Amino acid sequence: MTQYILRRLIHAVFIVWGCATLVFVLIRLIPGDPVIQMLGAEYSPEAAAALNRKLGLDQPIYVQYVRWFGSVLRGDLGGSISSGESVVGALKSGLPKTLSLTLLSFLIATVIAVPAGILAALKRNTAVDYAVSVIAFIGVSMPSFWFGIILILLFAVRLGWLPAIGYASLTEDGLWAWFSHLLLPSLAIGAGYAAILMRFIRAGLLEVLGSDYIRTARAKGLAERRVLVRHALRNSLIPVVTIAGIQLALLLSGAVVIEIVFSIRGLGRILVGAIFDKDYPIVQGAILLVAIIFVLANLVVDIIYTFLDPRITYG
Amino acid sequence: MDRSPADTRTATPGSLDQRDRLGQLEEARRATTGSRFWRRLRSERKALVGAFFVACLIIVAMVGPVIAPHDPDADDFMLFESPSMDHPFGTDSFGRDLFSRIVVGARTSVTIGFAAAAVAMVIGVALGLVAGYYGGWIDTVISRCIDLLWAFPVIILTVGLVAVFGAGARNVVIAIAIAYIDDFARVVRAKVLSLREEDYTLAARAVGASDRRIMFRHILPNSAAPIIVQATFAVGLGILAESGLSFLGLGVNPTTPTWGLSLNEGRDFVRQAWWISVFPGLAIMFTVLALNLFGDGLRDALDVRSVGDA
Repeated sequence: MTQYILRRLIHAVFIVWGCATLVFVLIRLIPGDPVIQMLGAEYSPEAAAALNRKLGLDQPIYVQYVRWFGSVLRGDLGGSISSGESVVGALKSGLPKTLSLTLLSFLIATVIAVPAGILAALKRNTAVDYAVSVIAFIGVSMPSFWFGIILILLFAVRLGWLPAIGYASLTEDGLWAWFSHLLLPSLAIGAGYAAILMRFIRAGLLEVLGSDYIRTARAKGLAERRVLVRHALRNSLIPVVTIAGIQLALLLSGAVVIEIVFSIRGLGRILVGAIFDKDYPIVQGAILLVAIIFVLANLVVDIIYTFLDPRITYG
Repeated sequence: MDRSPADTRTATPGSLDQRDRLGQLEEARRATTGSRFWRRLRSERKALVGAFFVACLIIVAMVGPVIAPHDPDADDFMLFESPSMDHPFGTDSFGRDLFSRIVVGARTSVTIGFAAAAVAMVIGVALGLVAGYYGGWIDTVISRCIDLLWAFPVIILTVGLVAVFGAGARNVVIAIAIAYIDDFARVVRAKVLSLREEDYTLAARAVGASDRRIMFRHILPNSAAPIIVQATFAVGLGILAESGLSFLGLGVNPTTPTWGLSLNEGRDFVRQAWWISVFPGLAIMFTVLALNLFGDGLRDALDVRSVGDA
């Protein structure tokens, strides 16, 4: 197992290196001179030369690449063109918001999906099962940003129960303020994720419930509840962990767009703002950071998986 | 599984007759599989419902400008007029008929969804086919590139690509297609890995068929089922991605009516005009729902388990 974890670690390092390279290449693929685009109306030959020097674009490409990679390793992603602030500083201010949003939406989705999936499997081919399936289909089909607007319309505008926009810090404003500001956006992001998890939990549990060892457990005279919790559920949830990891991208993608809807200045809002400002160092940094978060999250899920399922041998 | 057993036993290398016979048996087997598929598809109610809605949508996308009751760009109505007989979906913040804009916007969303899925399919299938068939270092290189694409959440990758190459329909299609190449490549590679060891593949190789012939005549047709299912889901995902990009203001030309753009415009007026936000979103949701239902039904009819959820 140690060997497997080590291999996964090496794989993750490789992917992060690849992501950094891809982001480096991406910015250099901008048609025309990127410096002219970045400067826009403020273009002058002197300003262009200064920016070229600042970004190291006057160096040969391999020097640029080595420098870029060295900077990434040191955690230095340069400075923002528009504000002059360091890219790392700008991203650092947005990271807690995006992570809070992603984590809370993961929790909400799990709280919805696990009981709903189990219920659908246990009440197979009944009205409950069909209702869960229909809701799951709708969940995967609606855009999270639209669902976010609907939630604002209902819970903030009509009912006035929760704030419509903004973010409150957990440390400065307290738990309730933090939670109440994040509840609607997290629900908007988590709905699609919950729908996918729900379907996998239902399918996994149905498969396990039909297996021989469940029949044996029942034949032994175990209480149905014990059969379900101790035998069926534990085994059926193992593959769900993998799916949960793979689909984390959905939460991160959702967070990027939902931050615009709810005016939360997280990584997504910073990224989109930087695109409109043609602030490419920020764009580079934000894309790389999100990719790294995703790769690391999946690494953690993979490692958890090895502990959850001791039957699997990793060749 | 897809086998053509008896035909392979008597084959000797290079015999033209036997190669023809192999081909005939393969075609006969495919025809039987085809009729079985139609029978099963007809019994899948969700596939039929999905197919019906998708067909309606394609028709609306084709004839949208003809059936739209008003010019989608004409701003000659009252601002924020709530839904009525004359304007079933109300009017927007510029005084334009929202129903007409949604009907006309179907063309953009559907075209981009289908085009992106097609491009992703062609490239992804080619990569998966080559990686799975040849194996070795070719597989390693392609698989690592696919892993790399997978590391970027879709919207991040598409937003990044549009940021670099600029907005506009062509770039949006390319960006969305690139983001979904890995899905096709993974599905096809996995299928090819199992098919390349099948008796009929070994037999085709034994009679001297070229790699290209084996890949395109024997392996690819037998990989069609997961590809078709994946493509159906990819169209829906492409439409969702396009609406997301348009919503962020990074989609097609801002003067072209699209569902995502309408949603973006409605967001600021959610307090006074709910309809501007609700109806374009419903259009996106029902479209993707129909494609997902169709894809799910197809998956059951074709008995494909390797393709994940949309």
